[in-house]
Amino acid sequence: MEENILEIKDLTIHYVTDEETVEAVNGITLTLQKGESLGLVGETGAGKTTTALGIMRLIPDPPGRYISGEIIYKGEDLLKKSENEMRKIRGHEISMIFQDPMTALNPVLTVGEQIAEVIQLHHKISAADALIRATEMMELVGIEGSRHTEYPHQFSGGMKQRIVIAIALACDPSLLIADEPTTALDVTIQEQVLDLIENLKKKFGTSMILITHDLGVVAEVCDKVAIIYGGEIVEYGTLEHIYNNTKHPYTIGLFGSIPNFNEKTRRLKPIYGLMPNPADLPDGCTFAERCPDAMECCRSGKIPNIEIEPGHFVRCRKYQSQGGETDGE
Amino acid sequence: MLKFIGRRLLMLIPVMLGVVLLVFSMMYFSPGNPEDYILGDMATAEDKAAFRKENGLDDPFLIQYFNYVKNALQGDLGTSYTTKMPVIDEILERFPTTFKLALFSTIIAVAIGVTTGIVSAVKQYSIWDNICRFVAMIGVSMPTFWEGLMLIILFSVYLGWLPSSGFTSWKHWILPAVTIGTHSASSIMRMTRSSMLEAIRQDYIRTARAKGQKESVVIWKHAFRNAIIPVMTIVGLQFGRMLGGSAITEIVFSVPGLGNLIISAIKVKNAPLVQGGILFMAVVMSMCNLLVDVLYAYVDPRIRSQYVSGKSKKKTVSKSVTKEAA
Repeated sequence: MEENILEIKDLTIHYVTDEETVEAVNGITLTLQKGESLGLVGETGAGKTTTALGIMRLIPDPPGRYISGEIIYKGEDLLKKSENEMRKIRGHEISMIFQDPMTALNPVLTVGEQIAEVIQLHHKISAADALIRATEMMELVGIEGSRHTEYPHQFSGGMKQRIVIAIALACDPSLLIADEPTTALDVTIQEQVLDLIENLKKKFGTSMILITHDLGVVAEVCDKVAIIYGGEIVEYGTLEHIYNNTKHPYTIGLFGSIPNFNEKTRRLKPIYGLMPNPADLPDGCTFAERCPDAMECCRSGKIPNIEIEPGHFVRCRKYQSQGGETDGE
Repeated sequence: MLKFIGRRLLMLIPVMLGVVLLVFSMMYFSPGNPEDYILGDMATAEDKAAFRKENGLDDPFLIQYFNYVKNALQGDLGTSYTTKMPVIDEILERFPTTFKLALFSTIIAVAIGVTTGIVSAVKQYSIWDNICRFVAMIGVSMPTFWEGLMLIILFSVYLGWLPSSGFTSWKHWILPAVTIGTHSASSIMRMTRSSMLEAIRQDYIRTARAKGQKESVVIWKHAFRNAIIPVMTIVGLQFGRMLGGSAITEIVFSVPGLGNLIISAIKVKNAPLVQGGILFMAVVMSMCNLLVDVLYAYVDPRIRSQYVSGKSKKKTVSKSVTKEAA
C-alpha cells in the first residue's frame, strides 16, 4: 500500500448567512496517494471548487464554515493548523491552479514579480535570485523568460494560464489542485495546457486533484475519479471502474450526454432537470428528482455508500443488495 | 508620455478662454458699479468718471473682454482696484498660505480616509465598519463652517488649547487643516471602502492568498494598488479645490489665503482680482487633474501602455468635448 498524501474524511462545508444555509459540501471522503491524479467531476454548483478551497483553507469566512471532517495531509490535520502554519503550506506544499486565467493574475504587477513572490515567500533567497528562478519557471511553461517585465494584459489567455501554472509549480508542491484549468481556454490551447500539466507533474512527482466537468479531460489525465453531485461523492473509483463499469445513474447520465463515435445515436441523452438548490437540498438522495431509476426509498434517509467492487464506491440504493456496505464515512 | 502632457497643456487654452469669458460676463452683467464701492460715498461724480475711464469700464463689453484676454496672454492680469498692486502679485502672495493649508488638510484627509476606508472594507459589516461609516456620514453631511465653529468652541473657547485665528505659529494651522481635512476624509473613506470592497473580491486576491502570502501584504500590495485609482481621483479633485482656497473655512479661521482674498474682492466688485483669482484657480485645478492622470499611468500599467501606443480613446474624447465647450 502506497503512502496516502491526502485523506479527506467526512468533510462538510456550509455557507451560512442570515437568510439561508448553503450546503455546498456534505460529507466528502477521499484519499489520494503519492503521485496519483484524482479527477473531481461534477456540474456547476456541485461543490467542486468549495472542496478545493476547503483543502487550501481558503473558504471565505464569513460566510463559509467547516461543519465537520478532517483533511489529513501527510499525516496532519489541516483543519487544526493555525493560519500561520497554513500560510507555509499554501503555495509551497499544496498549490492551486485557478479556473479563470483572465482574472487570476494581478493586473498591476509584472508576471515576473508575481511568480517571484511565491518563490521568495517559501525560500530564503534574495529578490534578484527569486526573479531568476521566476524566469526559469517561465521558460519551463513555454514563455520566454525575458518577458518577465510584462504585465498580464500583454499576454493571451493561454499564456496567462501558463503563468498561473508557473506560479503554482514554482515551489515544487507535493499536491497540486487544478480547478478547471482548461475551462476558460479554447480547445487547441486546452490540449497544450493539459500536456504541460501532465509533463510537469511527472517531472516533479506531484500528486494532483483535477477539478473539471469534462470527462474527456479526466480520461486523459487521471488515475482515480470521484463524481460529485449536490456536495456528495456519488461514485468513486479508478478510471477503469468509472469508465468501464459505470454504476451510479448520475454518472451514466453524464456519459450519456457526451457524443460517442462508435454508436450512432440520433440524439444525446441529457440528464433532465436541474441540480437541486444547495440551500434547500432534498431529503434522501439528492439526485432522486432527476434519476430515471429512483425508487420510493430513495427519497428519505441517508443513502449508503456501497463498495461494489474493491475500491469502487457507489452511493445509490439500487446496489444495496450487492457488495459490502459502508456507513458512508 | 511627454506628448500626452504637452497635448493636455494645449487643451488648457480653450478651457482658460472659456473660464475668462464666463467670469468676465458675470462680473460685467452683475448689478453694482465698482467705483461706488471702491471710492466710497464721499467721491464726486468726476472722481467716479475718472475711475471708470482709467479702468476702461466705459468701453463696450467685447472690447473690454478682448483687452483683458490680450493682456492676460502677456501675463498681465490687471491691477487690483483697492491696493493698486498687480493682481498676479496679490495672488502669488496669498497662494503659499493656501497651498500649505491644502497640503496639511490633504495629508490629514488621506491618512484618516484611506486607513479607515481599508479597515471598513476588510472588516465589512463589523462594528468598526459601522462606526467608520457612521462617522463618515456625519463628516460628509456637516457643513465646514459649522464644523469649524464647533472646533473653535471646543478647542479655543472651552479647552483653550489652540488659537482660533491669526497665523503665526504651527498651532494656528491645526484647526483649519482639521476642519477641511476631516470633511474630505469622509468622502475619501467612502471611496476607498467601496473600491477596496471590489478589489478584495477579485480572483487575484485569492491567488495571492493561495501563494501563502500574509494578509497585510495581500491587502496593501495586491488589493490596495488595484483600488487606488478612484481614490486618487477623489484626492486629486479635492486637493485642486483646496488649492483654489477653501473660502468658507478661511473666513471662519481668518486665514489670509486665496479664498479669503477672492471673497473680499467679490464684495467690492474688484473685477480684475476676481477674474485673475478664478482664472488662477482654473489653471491650478487643471494642473491637478493632469497630475492625477499622469499618476494613473504610474500605478496602472494598462493605462500606461495606452499612452505609449498613443491610442487612448479617453484622450481624444475629452479633447473633442473641450473643443465643443470652448
